[in-house]
Amino acid sequence: MSDLNKLKIAEARDALRKGDVTSVELTEACLSAIEGAGALNAVVHKTPEIALEQAKAADARIKSGDAPAMCGIPLGIKDLFCTKGVASQAASRILQGFKPEYESTVTTQLFDAGAVMLGKLNMDEFAMGSSNETSVYGNAVNPWRRGNDEAALTPGGSSGGSASAVAADLCLAATGTDTGGSIRQPAAFTGITGIKPTYGRCSRWGIVAFASSLDQAGPMTKDVRDAAIMLQAMCGHDPKDSTSADLAVPDFEAMLTGDIKGKTIGIPREYHMDGMPEEIEALWAEGRKMLQDAGAKIVDISLPHTKYALPAYYVIAPAEASSNLARYDGVRYGHRATLAQGDGITEMYEKTRAEGFGAEVQRRVMVGTYVLSAGFYDAYYNRARKVRTLIKKDFEDVFAQGVDAILTPATPSAAFGLGEMKDADPVQMYLNDVFTVTVNLAGLPGISVPAGLDRQGLPLGLQLIGRPWEEGDLLNTAYALEQAAGFVAKPAKWW
Amino acid sequence: MLDLTYETPKPKVIAGAKHDWELVIGMEVHAQVSSQAKLFSGASTKFGAEPNANVAFVDAAMPGMLPVVNEYCIEQAVRTGLGLKAEINLKSAFDRKNYFYPDLPQGYQISQLYEPLVGEGEVLVEMGDGTARNVRIERIHVEQDAGKSIHDMDPNMSFVDLNRTGVALMEIVSRPDIRGPEEAAAYVVKLRQILQYLGTCDGNMQNGNLRADVNVSVCRPGAYEKYQETQDFSHLGTRCEIKNMNSMRFIQQAIDYEARRQIAILENGGSVDQETRLYDPDKGETRSMRSKEEAHDYRYFPDPDLLPLEIEQAWVDDIAANLPELPDQKKARFIKDFGLSDYDASVLTAETVSADYFEKVAEGRDGKMAANWVINELFGRLKKDDRDLRDCPVSPEQLGGVITLIQKGDISGKIAKDLFEIVYTEGGDPAEIVEARGMKQVTDTGAIEAAVDQVIADNPAQVEKAKANPKLAGWFVGQVMKATGGKANPKAVNEIVSAKLGL
Repeated sequence: MSDLNKLKIAEARDALRKGDVTSVELTEACLSAIEGAGALNAVVHKTPEIALEQAKAADARIKSGDAPAMCGIPLGIKDLFCTKGVASQAASRILQGFKPEYESTVTTQLFDAGAVMLGKLNMDEFAMGSSNETSVYGNAVNPWRRGNDEAALTPGGSSGGSASAVAADLCLAATGTDTGGSIRQPAAFTGITGIKPTYGRCSRWGIVAFASSLDQAGPMTKDVRDAAIMLQAMCGHDPKDSTSADLAVPDFEAMLTGDIKGKTIGIPREYHMDGMPEEIEALWAEGRKMLQDAGAKIVDISLPHTKYALPAYYVIAPAEASSNLARYDGVRYGHRATLAQGDGITEMYEKTRAEGFGAEVQRRVMVGTYVLSAGFYDAYYNRARKVRTLIKKDFEDVFAQGVDAILTPATPSAAFGLGEMKDADPVQMYLNDVFTVTVNLAGLPGISVPAGLDRQGLPLGLQLIGRPWEEGDLLNTAYALEQAAGFVAKPAKWW
Repeated sequence: MLDLTYETPKPKVIAGAKHDWELVIGMEVHAQVSSQAKLFSGASTKFGAEPNANVAFVDAAMPGMLPVVNEYCIEQAVRTGLGLKAEINLKSAFDRKNYFYPDLPQGYQISQLYEPLVGEGEVLVEMGDGTARNVRIERIHVEQDAGKSIHDMDPNMSFVDLNRTGVALMEIVSRPDIRGPEEAAAYVVKLRQILQYLGTCDGNMQNGNLRADVNVSVCRPGAYEKYQETQDFSHLGTRCEIKNMNSMRFIQQAIDYEARRQIAILENGGSVDQETRLYDPDKGETRSMRSKEEAHDYRYFPDPDLLPLEIEQAWVDDIAANLPELPDQKKARFIKDFGLSDYDASVLTAETVSADYFEKVAEGRDGKMAANWVINELFGRLKKDDRDLRDCPVSPEQLGGVITLIQKGDISGKIAKDLFEIVYTEGGDPAEIVEARGMKQVTDTGAIEAAVDQVIADNPAQVEKAKANPKLAGWFVGQVMKATGGKANPKAVNEIVSAKLGL
């Protein structure tokens, strides 16, 4: 078999089980693709020795007849996941040289199922960003280009390295995390599938925290079936994470029938944004029609508090981040500034954190500190929490009216050029998350499915939002949409 | 249960240069929870381990680590709340208190600001003179302890020991109901006693597992009563908080100093600044640690890593049903059942170990006599050796044996003291010792009469003198006791001597 790195998880699984291919072969194909893809800057720590060792073990396991679905599947792991003995630095200088003595629950589950780690993937620093440009490693690059234009485009963020690597077939799939859209937006920008499960589905233990009440891990894959297979392996109850749900995990793949007859899909009127490209509107309308054609009932719905979601998100997420990032102080691990004679502990904190954190992280730490400070707490943080409750209720209300899933665009635009937003107001960048943050605030599952190309040949995604804990149903609706959209485009290889 | 009623003590009054002042004191006591493991990590809480030996990834705040609440610590805090007759909140929540310090690895302490586990309760603080102050408890919340920074090991570096990081603390917050330095110390003593009875805190102040922050203000007589009527703090003076007190003596000294400092400021026309102060026991003074302006903004907010803590009433009821007898109850019972004085009952119930010891000694014997022996003889002897009841060489059964011999009339009180010393130093069964060493009291009047006759016969001159001066009969009694090796029943000897001398 050639181009093994281009296989999907399901295809590779079947081939591995049949003995048509070995995990070592798959792994070598991916490692070689990674070697040739330096220009994408997607993989920031390569772990070929670990990968080949895991691949050999997986092959032995497959041979013995004990092969879970993910066994032998080569993956990329977002740098936000702590991987034992392997650099895990959340794309930040402040965690330079940090190699944890422990393995995150999600990666433990994947590796226990026999998955193979090819390396750590690029991302925005501490998952704060929508373009991968805040990474200490420099940005990852989108394998897609605007026609023949050689201008480098963002793969999105924060899971930009994951998106780039999956879209460019450097791995079969990758882990991502999503705090405000960090799986779904890059998936949409790179023509792949990404699902953020219900808050509490995946353990957060061992994932570097950004905003604890919003962070969720999820798979970034080449199609919906792969998302179902990989999510299955990633989620489940973890007693080490108090916010992890003690719920049984259904067989997601088995739920992919493509039959959505009788399902009710809501179209939220508040997601029609001023100045949104016509192509996005058109794609959204097409998606509506596709689901209708597949037998779903389409209803227009209202989520009245939508316009407050982005401001609320940009209060809550920085507030939690300002506290979560306090531990990076140069005392125990990671970067510590060189001190001058006479410098004390305050100077050590200030210099270490000034050197260790990039501009966007510093901005959010300051915003977060401000909104939590005495005198502003009620006006900002507490009000944002109230808004969050109202947003959650918006969704509960429409679900109570019988809506099974909600269809929206995934992003307000296609991938933009790297550096294009450099001088823009940071809020312009935050607008990228306008369709995705509501889902995090409400703790709901959301999936981005590639549904078409824009005029410049760039992929566009649609988002489906599901009921809490009903990822299986959501994946099936996404599967129906995927079938109808028939998106098969791949970026032309230039790297 | 016997109801003990007390008068309310008078507040301490300090005479200033111009007029009298009263003190108003509220306390925040930090009590380390007795538990095997820390509040949010599985690491051990054992005191005295090698530096940084008891540190889990969570305690060191490694990236991606998450807290999981230790149910036993919550149970201990609930037990404490019940012991202080407090409301237990079935729903509480954890908040983060954010500040930077090297011995606080997370950069925040997980505490409970907005929704504490335990609500209002009370502590009865007896002052030993028939008065007692009822100090209201405002709340108890559960929080993490910090580690230790060590600044004196190296001229250029500071060291951090995280062994204590994350150990569970209960912060017990009182209302400003304490009215003097002695009351403040008595309050801590009583609180510690209750915690020790409950088994929820060791209360070892030297090891720092009980520490107090003391809020002190002064006001003119009458102002406090206005506060009490209205609960309006504006009637009270501006308070200063003295941090981290870990000795009863220092608590009293610090309060006294601080009150006088505030009075001097006020009488000189100044105003007291609200601030945090530290007590320097060497100089006997408090000094400013940080002013209100420098006070930290802790940016409290609900900890998103932890769900609200919800507990069931049935669980609380179960803990309540299994509460041990508490000091007030035990004391009342001792007074009622054993006929003890208030003082003796207080001494014996100060610690469960002494109360338990006493009860074993008193069982089936005279309670008052048992109390006398435990308090005067046993405690006195232990004190002489600088020993503790926990390593006492005399078992309650042995001491009880001594008392039984007295009660049976087998030995006199004087012999009993000798016997006790033998048991204390050499051990052994008191009855057997008495038997083996011939220490038994002679109550046989025939034998005593013979001894008296002998003494009279040997001392005719003394007999004449005694007949003239009956007070000299005592000399004969002494001689008889000497002749019988102290074993004769003194009462019988007295009677027989008087009869034989015809007095």
